[in-house]
Amino acid sequence: MLTNIAETKAKPSRKAHRVLPGFRLTLGFTLVYLSLIVLIPLSTIVLQSFQMSGSDFLALITDKRIISAFKISLLTSLSAALFNVALGVLTAWVLVRYSFPGKTFINGLIDLPFALPTAVAGISLTAIYSQNGWIGQIFYAVGIPSAYSAVGITIALVFIGLPFIVRTVQPVLEEWDTETEEAAAILGAYRLRTFVFIILPQLIPAILTGFTLAFARGIGEYGSVIFISGNMPFKTEIAPLLMMTKLEQFDYPGATAIALMMLLISFLLLFIMNLIQWRYARRWGS
Amino acid sequence: MHPFEGKAKANSAGSSLPYGAGRTTVQAVTSESQAVRRLLIGIMLIFIVLMLILPLAAVFSQALKKGAEVAALAWTDPDAWAAIRLTLATALVVVPLNAIFGLSAAWCITKFSFRGKGLLSSLIDIPFSVSPVIAGFIFILLFGAHGWFGPLLDAHGWQIIFSWPGIILGTLFVTFPFVARELIPLMQAQGIQEEEAAITLGATGWKLFTRITLPNIKWGLLYGLVICNARAMGEFGAVSVVSGHIRGVTNTMPLHIEILYHEYQFSAAFAVASLLVLLACLTLVLQYWLDRKRQVH
Repeated sequence: MLTNIAETKAKPSRKAHRVLPGFRLTLGFTLVYLSLIVLIPLSTIVLQSFQMSGSDFLALITDKRIISAFKISLLTSLSAALFNVALGVLTAWVLVRYSFPGKTFINGLIDLPFALPTAVAGISLTAIYSQNGWIGQIFYAVGIPSAYSAVGITIALVFIGLPFIVRTVQPVLEEWDTETEEAAAILGAYRLRTFVFIILPQLIPAILTGFTLAFARGIGEYGSVIFISGNMPFKTEIAPLLMMTKLEQFDYPGATAIALMMLLISFLLLFIMNLIQWRYARRWGS
Repeated sequence: MHPFEGKAKANSAGSSLPYGAGRTTVQAVTSESQAVRRLLIGIMLIFIVLMLILPLAAVFSQALKKGAEVAALAWTDPDAWAAIRLTLATALVVVPLNAIFGLSAAWCITKFSFRGKGLLSSLIDIPFSVSPVIAGFIFILLFGAHGWFGPLLDAHGWQIIFSWPGIILGTLFVTFPFVARELIPLMQAQGIQEEEAAITLGATGWKLFTRITLPNIKWGLLYGLVICNARAMGEFGAVSVVSGHIRGVTNTMPLHIEILYHEYQFSAAFAVASLLVLLACLTLVLQYWLDRKRQVH
């Protein structure tokens, strides 16, 4: 606390700090551009929903088809994010701790879902996981429909969310000091015990960040999902697709309601993540 | 997200063993038995092959399923060319605009202190958490036939939705934060001492930027441009909402792929898709190269 006060006092005043040129120009441009491209367009959804009465809005979002679309979106995104937590932490661990041939190649490939256009991912995953596909054959043979089903949606969302967990956990593992692990081993802890009680707790903030980003991205994802999902109402229709359908039918109130719900869900998720992060940092931080 | 950060330390399990213990002879207390290591590597490889490598291979395999002639026909189709041109033109407009914004935002956020800086910084990230279909929808609410400015545009005979300006707006929104997100941490870490020294020595603003700041951030800036470009060329959801899918006119490459796919012209769809796969691979290679450059500096 004391050092904080000393630091703020030592800081020069706001005015004196602006030795460099271009503050007004860049701040002005940044604010205008941000407003034109993001803030004003996005505010239309909020303003548009104010035009509806509360009961109209409630009637819209309690529509059975909308509820089931959100249920499917949330469930598949959640399962995909949880799956990615397990396999993503494992992948990050292997990439940081072990050496094996082709490691550089695989490390670079992790970013593929960010770089590959979602529509391409969508048609390609559908080709692989449909009934006659390379992997689909195996899934269908054991009775799991891996395309045109909730499983198919989850597969697409696992693809989309894969880099989030790996890329948030990887830097933490790289900076991790093995001293505490050595201490745990010397004190007689088994390797698994060390991982669960010593390493994992340190990874939790990063895992949480990656999980939330993947989860939020999954709820809004459109391109990679619509090809593999089959898009059957009440079964495999996701919220973004239902919004698109409403738009095509010029049902603007319906589309607005879905859009507003989706925005609220993703902002709520990010808010909860920041809150947990903040409390975690206060309890465990230095 | 910096894929190759800490590359030098990556093999730490082997190199950080205490008392010079051998890599193979003695198992370090901070590593697992060889069987466990092999098992974990194996699981990861299966996961990566199933999720990342097979989708890449499938695109090329499907594209060539009916022979190279069908694929070549898909590439030379005039509608495909129109889609390629529109995609390139969109990226050519969107990437420089978002780069100028990124530079401007990073400059005022990292070089100055002012009230609301944290808020501004988080507002820039908003498009990351907005679904692409919403990104398209908001421009329909603004400029569509029934939108707020719809009648005004109509009176002047201007069209934004179902036309290229709409495609550019949707893409601008979706790729908005990429350059800024790369530059802000980088310029934050570099501080302002060098710029301050240059100003003291009498440099003008423009000279300061081109001689001091730009050389310092060039690799980070290029990295941001590469990611922004990949997303701009591949954007599907936002563009799908605003484009209207008019063949040869408002179809970008991803939309062209969708139409071919829905017409059951699978080989043609995958042939066009293979071009985008090449773009993605080029992006990954550039990311890798730029990241190494960035670490050296």
